Amino acid sequence: MADARHGLRTLLAMESASCQLVARGSGPITAPTEVDKPSSGEDVRTDRPWLVIVWNDPINLMSYVTYVFQKLFGYSREKATKLMLDVHHKGRAVVNSGPRERAELDVVRLHEHGLWATLEQAS
Amino acid sequence: MIGRRRFTRDRHGLYRTGLTEAERQLLKVVPEQIKGLLDSRDPSTKRVFPVAYPGDGEAEKEYREMMGEHLLARHQHAFDVLVATVDSPSVDDDEIHQWLDALEVLRLILGTQLDVSEDPLVFDEGDDRAPQFALYSYLSMLQGEIIDSLASALPARGSAPGDE
Repeated sequence: MADARHGLRTLLAMESASCQLVARGSGPITAPTEVDKPSSGEDVRTDRPWLVIVWNDPINLMSYVTYVFQKLFGYSREKATKLMLDVHHKGRAVVNSGPRERAELDVVRLHEHGLWATLEQAS
Repeated sequence: MIGRRRFTRDRHGLYRTGLTEAERQLLKVVPEQIKGLLDSRDPSTKRVFPVAYPGDGEAEKEYREMMGEHLLARHQHAFDVLVATVDSPSVDDDEIHQWLDALEVLRLILGTQLDVSEDPLVFDEGDDRAPQFALYSYLSMLQGEIIDSLASALPARGSAPGDE
């Protein structure tokens, strides 16, 4: 797992730098993690995707959760609102899925924004 | 003061902060009070450092070792920016996002202390949690106003692939 961790550290450092750039731009806000690094050491056989799950909590404002989904994933307001309502009414919702390293980075960014997110491998 | 908009985005992309002197004072004092709880990872900060791998103790341990300091530093920075810019007549895009983060963290901690649930909180007269709840409500309102201001600058259509 050492390689995967190294990859995540690098992505975190780059995310931090690119977030500065994104924040200062005047264009639409896009998710900053569009860098595809080769997954050195990671199993490239068909892995089941990893699910990024956001859980309901009574503190976060609905408008805030919607905003975070738009900002982090580039979702339309409509899609972000639907996902937020799923979280609110069903208790949890899958907001993204992909390789483990990408899913973990999504969870990091959601945690940075105060949302409770977890990741698990699809069954 | 009802209907006063505290945050207005001007055509240069800066956010004018129309806060009263009392509000500015509050936003300087409260982060300083709560900071210590963050630094010491007080139980009331549990929502600020959430679980990532609920089913995998080993992965969770690794995640916390990697993420704990990162999250803490980010939020401490947000608190610092809030306190440093609260007296400014306007803030830029990065700074308003730091305000948003600081308010989020303050609300997560205060909300945990108040044991906020989906049900409305009810206080008996003389309950000494009432002032804390008033603070929590105020910070919630402020966060909501920032989001309204930021959301109006976001495109309604998404940029994710396959998005409608």
